[in-house]
Amino acid sequence: MLTIDRVSRHYGGVYANRDVTLRVADGELRGIIGPNGAGKSTLFNLIAGHTRPDAGSISLAGQRIDRLPAHSRARLGVAIVFQGARLFPGMSLLENVMVGAHSRTRAGVLAAALRTPYQRREERETQALAADCLERVGLLSWAARPADSLPLGQQRRLQVARALAGRPRLLLLDEPASGLRSEERSQLAELITELHRTGTTILLVEHDVGMVTSLAQQIAVLDLGRVIADGTPDEVTSDPAVVKAYLGTGAHHAAR
Amino acid sequence: MNELVGYLVSGVALGSSFALIGSGFVVVHRVTRVVNFAQGSLAVLGGMLSASLLGGRLPHGVGELVAVVVCGAVGLLMGILAVGRRGTPPLISLIVTLGISLLASAAIIWLWGQDPVSPPGLSGSMTILGASVERQRLLVLVATLLTFAALALVFSRSYLGKALTASASNPFAARMVGIDVRRMGLVAFALAGVLGGLAGVLVAPTNALSFSSDLPLALSGFAAAVFGGLTSPLRTLVGGLCLGVAGQLTAGYLNGSYQTEVALLLMLVIMIARSKSFVAEEAK
Repeated sequence: MLTIDRVSRHYGGVYANRDVTLRVADGELRGIIGPNGAGKSTLFNLIAGHTRPDAGSISLAGQRIDRLPAHSRARLGVAIVFQGARLFPGMSLLENVMVGAHSRTRAGVLAAALRTPYQRREERETQALAADCLERVGLLSWAARPADSLPLGQQRRLQVARALAGRPRLLLLDEPASGLRSEERSQLAELITELHRTGTTILLVEHDVGMVTSLAQQIAVLDLGRVIADGTPDEVTSDPAVVKAYLGTGAHHAAR
Repeated sequence: MNELVGYLVSGVALGSSFALIGSGFVVVHRVTRVVNFAQGSLAVLGGMLSASLLGGRLPHGVGELVAVVVCGAVGLLMGILAVGRRGTPPLISLIVTLGISLLASAAIIWLWGQDPVSPPGLSGSMTILGASVERQRLLVLVATLLTFAALALVFSRSYLGKALTASASNPFAARMVGIDVRRMGLVAFALAGVLGGLAGVLVAPTNALSFSSDLPLALSGFAAAVFGGLTSPLRTLVGGLCLGVAGQLTAGYLNGSYQTEVALLLMLVIMIARSKSFVAEEAK
């Protein structure tokens, strides 16, 4: 599904990503962990198209995407949910999700604007789809409220709903659990499990290592922009390089 | 009384054209954060084109339509120049539109000369409340109201409208869901071209336009747009109508040459009074 081949991105002399190579299979739920500043967010931005790599290539289902603008990648099925709210503040929850659905179900903008006979039925279908997505994240009862009236944790769930409405092939989740209460976390974990079960390929970046190890079959560990380990949760958590990265060199030496 | 009704009707007609020009400002600013300084030139171009086309024996309706469509194309071209390059800062785009408006004035002098031009409009007049009112002025009002109704429908119902609104609300998030924000900016410029052209086509039969009409038209239209916070087409309509009526009353009872000054004064008052909401808007 997703092939990242020796991708590098540097800012000045500092490498945010260096020779990163990852292969994510169709339908896989891959975890990505790493200490602060390891390059996880940069990697996501490279995949979603908000920055471009200096070297290397990124392919989705065999198609090179690393030179495509972000909106084209979204149309190819790459959806990303950021930590911070990236919503349309003036619009209702339902409208937010409908915008997410529209851009994938319809080909050309002008063609869509002119297809008035279909307009109504399609509008109803899109509304039903959006309502369904809101229900899956547990926000349906708030559908008519403006998006900016939601608390932060729920704004993120709204982002998930909007991403789902586009029927993504690849879903990038950037620390979806941060700032959530424990019951919200378990709801989120259930939602991720269900999405995975229904065939969505998911990349999950998360600080909560426990959550990642319980959800993902395979985990990649980034440190200082490089992939330092890639394997099953057990392999990764017992890898000395990973332990060292997480504890820091000083702590590692102190432990000896 | 007759006088007053006359001033009110001509004010509403003139105000309608301000509202159309103002909504052009709004449509472009919402999506691109650019104030299109060439918006007034589009109206002048519309009026001039319809005069030439109708003079060239194109029938009524067709001549006006062609003029408006050409203005839409010119608006699109302006958009390509001003926001076509990815990542152009809004301030640079604004300077580009200023340059285009100067160039447009030159082009209009070159093509149509310096004398005011007035295309034939709807002839005849009718009597309302004892006052004789030119039918063209009523046409302006009706056409404007229909245009705003169509705009409202497009923005609330169509995908294009939603995509434009989404691009205005949060460009980053719009890209995330697959909306080509740059293309939406170009669509907005084309739409502004149509709106500006329509304003020129409608207003020119009663108020002759020349190459130098672009600034007064743009100022009044901008004042109307400022009344709408540069975001609301509906409040722009209200602002434009108020401005037109205030201008005509000033012209009728005081002095005709004060019209633009009235627009400027009202714009200043509104901007100062609403400065808080502008700051809040920018902070989002």
